[in-house]
Amino acid sequence: MIQMTGAELILRLLERQGIRTVAGIPGGAILPLYDALSNSKLIRHVLARHEQGAGFIAQGMARVSGRPEVCFASSGPGATNLVTAIADAHLDSIPMVAITGQVPLSMIGTDAFQEADIYGMTVPVTKHNFLVRSAAELLEVIPDAFRLAMSGRPGPVLIDIPKDVQTQVVSFDAFPLPAIPDAAPASDPDAIEEAARLINAAERPVLYVGGGVIHSGAAQQIVMLAERAGLPTTMTLMALGVMPIDHPLSLGMLGMHGARYTNFILEESDLLICVGARFDDRAIGKAAQFCPRAKIVHIDIDPSELHKIRNAHVAINGDVGVVLDALLPRVNIRLRKRWLSHVGSLKSRFPLHMPRLEDPRSPYGLVQAVACAVSDEAVVTTDVGQHQMWVAQAYPFRRPRQWLTSGGFGTMGFGLPVAVGAALAAPARTVICFTGDGSFKMNIQELATLAEEGLNVKIVLMNNNSLGLVYQQQSLFYGKRVFASKYQGAPDFLKIAGGFGIDGVDLDTARNPRAALAQALNAPGPCLIHASIDREEFVYPMVPPGGANTEMIGG
Amino acid sequence: MIEQVAEPLQQSGFAKVVLELEVNNHPGVMSHICNLFARRAFNVEGILCMPLSDPRRSRIWLLVFEDQRLEQMVLQVEKLVDVLSVRRHGAEHEVFERLEKFFY
Repeated sequence: MIQMTGAELILRLLERQGIRTVAGIPGGAILPLYDALSNSKLIRHVLARHEQGAGFIAQGMARVSGRPEVCFASSGPGATNLVTAIADAHLDSIPMVAITGQVPLSMIGTDAFQEADIYGMTVPVTKHNFLVRSAAELLEVIPDAFRLAMSGRPGPVLIDIPKDVQTQVVSFDAFPLPAIPDAAPASDPDAIEEAARLINAAERPVLYVGGGVIHSGAAQQIVMLAERAGLPTTMTLMALGVMPIDHPLSLGMLGMHGARYTNFILEESDLLICVGARFDDRAIGKAAQFCPRAKIVHIDIDPSELHKIRNAHVAINGDVGVVLDALLPRVNIRLRKRWLSHVGSLKSRFPLHMPRLEDPRSPYGLVQAVACAVSDEAVVTTDVGQHQMWVAQAYPFRRPRQWLTSGGFGTMGFGLPVAVGAALAAPARTVICFTGDGSFKMNIQELATLAEEGLNVKIVLMNNNSLGLVYQQQSLFYGKRVFASKYQGAPDFLKIAGGFGIDGVDLDTARNPRAALAQALNAPGPCLIHASIDREEFVYPMVPPGGANTEMIGG
Repeated sequence: MIEQVAEPLQQSGFAKVVLELEVNNHPGVMSHICNLFARRAFNVEGILCMPLSDPRRSRIWLLVFEDQRLEQMVLQVEKLVDVLSVRRHGAEHEVFERLEKFFY
């Protein structure tokens, strides 16, 4: 018979699950768990400076490792502060287990100090959530939470644990086995056969891949399928890196800020093979006018994604890696000279314009200069806004999990804590965090965490002292009525970083910005690289919100 | 919970459907299900829930309109971890008809 407290049991179960780093912030209702954590020889705690930071640090670890990672927060405000990071994980299907302290069972519902119904609040933003009512339940709930987070379409799971459940003593015979993912659903072989038939019969097919390919670890199969069947391949924001950007079949990113040629090629396609993507509005524009002449093959592990936005002619429910393995031998080798030469001519007629690429003080030039100074082994995170789109357009992504960005939820403040998490999970890699001055200020407190951990994170701050994408939209679509998007004050970010103990480099004043940049990126430890950006630099091309993808302006 | 949705979509004129759900029986299951319908502004006309002979399980009957979103709605309900099965019946199913005498 084994006997221990609920808090000790949680720790042992996390250790047995292979968890080695947990991000979090302690508080009254989770102190028993922190007390047990202080005795753990296997799990290291990273103290965040805001619970949202802790949630994103866990996400950063999970986005790099591909397995569920853990964050802790206390009850009430600690728990509610986690919600944004959980919702972000939900929309991008990131496996994560959030553990929150709760007031004692007998005090739930009494408006006790720091009480919040985090169980109720996280129902719509988690894959599943638990309110644990006895220490014995933990034996099932903890492994279940991990199993759910990593099975099928991954996602966040929240476990709310009252303080007295953490202190309750529980006796049991044996530890449950660590969780493993459920088996993927068996795919319909007839549908796979039919998909192969459509691919073999198509004249102008396009492969459209999403983040599901990265979650499934199927990037290699995608490249094999594209090469075998001669399929031009476009990637969603979440899928960048699945096919190296310099691959001859790559069409880069589609959608709102995709290149003109990419959206034009999609418009002409007669077969769209959608793999692990979900027809998001920023990717496809006006749904009814997306690929109007194409039949659709849709492969996804989540059955509710099939036929959700667009009806598929062939819908295959299954793990995309497994389905692609079955599909590959049924697909004919095709050179598709006519279609690919047409694709090539659209590519050269309507390329992505990246003005001033040679100037490291311009948006595209800066992204390019950073990419030139580091290898493909580096991890790139971004915040949300213009800088995010410039990086998505111009950075040469060549491998899965090289690129971590907030796609579905679009959370400003994502970049820095996710970079910290990425560096914790992959200490040998350089982590670049591209950010804007608006986003950077939303989780700037995590500079303290970064300095304390001394991680190899380089923050590249594109500073236009405004909410640039808001400014851009007001300028383009709201009659230039610019409101609440230009900052009056201009903080000195290099001084702020210095205050946290982080070195900075100012490209504005550097005599040789390219050399200063390379030197900063290749020195060990954290660093802030500051570059002023002209507020009138806009992201082009752009599909007006609500417009069809072929109605792009600029670029 | 459903009443919180300000303006439910105009649904009269659609056929009704009865959904029979088998679910785990613990606090929170109803919340997961009702929340799913509410946040999609999908009105639930009738709801009935009782534990089964195995007290770890309950059966929930839902009366809903058959609009074009129902298919997606059912797929979302099936994704809930505590929902073990979903069966669809036509409006002729008598579970809610028999209940009517308690209301009128």
